[in-house]
Amino acid sequence: MKKIAVIISLLSFYAGYSSWVYTYGTSCSIAMTEEAKQGKLLWQINNCQSCHQLYGLGGYMGPDLTLVTTTKRGGEKYTRGMLLNGGARMPNFHFTGGEADAIIAYLSYVGNTAITITK
Amino acid sequence: MRQHSIAYRFILLGFACLLLSVSFGLTASLQYLFPHFLNEQFSFRNTRPIHVFLAVSWIFACVIGIIYKYIPDVAGRALYSGKLARVHFALQTLTIFIAVSGFCMGYFSGREYLEFPPWVSSLIIVYWLLFAINFLMTIRPKLASAPVYIWSWCTGLLFFFITIIEAHLWLLPYFNDNIIRDLTVQWKANGSMVGAWNMLIYGTAMYAMEQITGDKKMGHQKISFAFYFLGLTNLMFNWGHHTYIVPANPIVKQVAYIISMTELVLLANILWQWKISYKKSGNTSYPLAYRFFKVADTWILLNLILAIAISVPYINQYTHGTQITVAHAMGATIGINTMLLLASVTFIFEEQLHDAAKKSIGIGLTVMHYSLLIFWVSLLGAGITRAIALYEGNYFAQVSRKIMPYLVGFSASGVVLVVGICLIAFSFIKTISEKQLED
Ligand code: HEC
Ligand code: HEM
Repeated sequence: MKKIAVIISLLSFYAGYSSWVYTYGTSCSIAMTEEAKQGKLLWQINNCQSCHQLYGLGGYMGPDLTLVTTTKRGGEKYTRGMLLNGGARMPNFHFTGGEADAIIAYLSYVGNTAITITK
Repeated sequence: MRQHSIAYRFILLGFACLLLSVSFGLTASLQYLFPHFLNEQFSFRNTRPIHVFLAVSWIFACVIGIIYKYIPDVAGRALYSGKLARVHFALQTLTIFIAVSGFCMGYFSGREYLEFPPWVSSLIIVYWLLFAINFLMTIRPKLASAPVYIWSWCTGLLFFFITIIEAHLWLLPYFNDNIIRDLTVQWKANGSMVGAWNMLIYGTAMYAMEQITGDKKMGHQKISFAFYFLGLTNLMFNWGHHTYIVPANPIVKQVAYIISMTELVLLANILWQWKISYKKSGNTSYPLAYRFFKVADTWILLNLILAIAISVPYINQYTHGTQITVAHAMGATIGINTMLLLASVTFIFEEQLHDAAKKSIGIGLTVMHYSLLIFWVSLLGAGITRAIALYEGNYFAQVSRKIMPYLVGFSASGVVLVVGICLIAFSFIKTISEKQLED
């Protein structure tokens, strides 16, 4: 009987913790624009995360892109160049200008969540 | 015997996935070395998901096969429905085929580890339901008096359903439109899903040990249950170590840090105890299976040291997002999961293996163990070098150049690792196929 009590308590904690994680634990003050949402979709269907990380999560062939548009070293212009032409290992996806803008909007949104919160 | 043929089919499916997976893993590693190798048509974005998906498919297909084999023995009655199991088998095979074809053609959902389009998951949920029905109706578990491995299996099943649903919450804008929530919940689900398959695997490992040692008390001991509950606590709450740098509420990080990294201690301890009782019992009718358990033991310890190190937030800050994480992931899935699965498979077939098969499995194990060591150390070397190079402010192209020697070591040892895996896999495939023909 003791075992049943332990498992029920653990499951209740788990349910409570999960609900907190789904809500207050992960609230974010920056909203995603419509364009950034479009960019997120492009990011996903092209499987960018198989080679890149956001917040260190993803595959490791390419660099982490969390701050690529928001730091001096990268920036939007540089990012656009990479998106439109590809690189040594980075494939050329033949994006249109609008698609590249959407991806940049998404990456900028991600970068802003990192900058504002960690400051 | 015929009732086991479905179990054997799952194990064969597992081996097929394993062999395909390592082929794609090798291709992916070559793409690190040769930038233009298949870069436009079939790049790393195709090979990596195929490799990882098939590696996970190996783990699931094999553990499911082993459980189908064990449950009639545990319950003392025939499998509830062979027909259901055959439908399950067909659906699982079909799903693997669909997902891999999709990856080849470039259909992705872009979710780490579950990179296939979301509708494929509905097939997965259906065949897991079939599996759950067969499992529960055969075992008819009375939890209060059940041995710990039945608890483990039930937990693995329950959490598989919870986590696969959780992994699809991103389909709702509430989760998808907030990157902090999206990433946190994605890794919460992934982390706990790994915990779920560990529950299934540890359950089979514990059952096999009980059979080998003949120590029927083990599954009911308080200490086994204490470890089980600690493992479950880890499954539920340790996933936050994947997302330390995601700016969610700091409590997520603190909870993960506190809970982290006890699970491997638990299994090391269980295996340790088993070894003691094994020595006592003097039972040597499964020497080959025992060797697999012993090698897994070594990998548990190695991974434990690494895992504890990278779960310290100060260290994680540098190691996260480097090949050190790959070393951790492959170290655990090959060194621990695959070794424990092979231990169970060996236990099932050891008495039927010909001497030649035993020999090549033994050699394969030695080859696997030592090449994995070089493989693992190469990945650690690549990761540490990448972390240092990034810290020093190098451009990514410079970073890539610096880690190249380690990646050469990684690919080369990968080739040897594949040879070891082939020696083992083909011996079992041959033995199992012969057995199926006999039956
Ligand atoms: C096959 C692996 C691969 C895929 C898939 C991939 N990339 Fe890349 N990407 C790279 C590599 C590698 C680099 C580093 C430059 C190089 O070697 O080409 C890079 C560089 C970049 C850069 C410049 C970053 C920097 O700091 O220099 C951006 C931006 C970028 N990728 C965005 C994307 C986006 C967006 C996608 C998805 C549409 C994507 N990448 C898909 C491999 C990939
Ligand atoms: C039993 C065998 C294997 C299993 C279970 C396995 C499992 C995995 C897993 C789980 C990952 C994801 C890692 C992560 O996200 O951190 C991975 C990645 C990878 N594996 Fe394997 N693997 C196996 C064998 C191999 C072999 C033999 C090679 C060949 C050298 C290989 C090459 C790779 C590569 C290149 C990646 C991608 C790493 C990256 O993103 O940079 N794997 N594997």
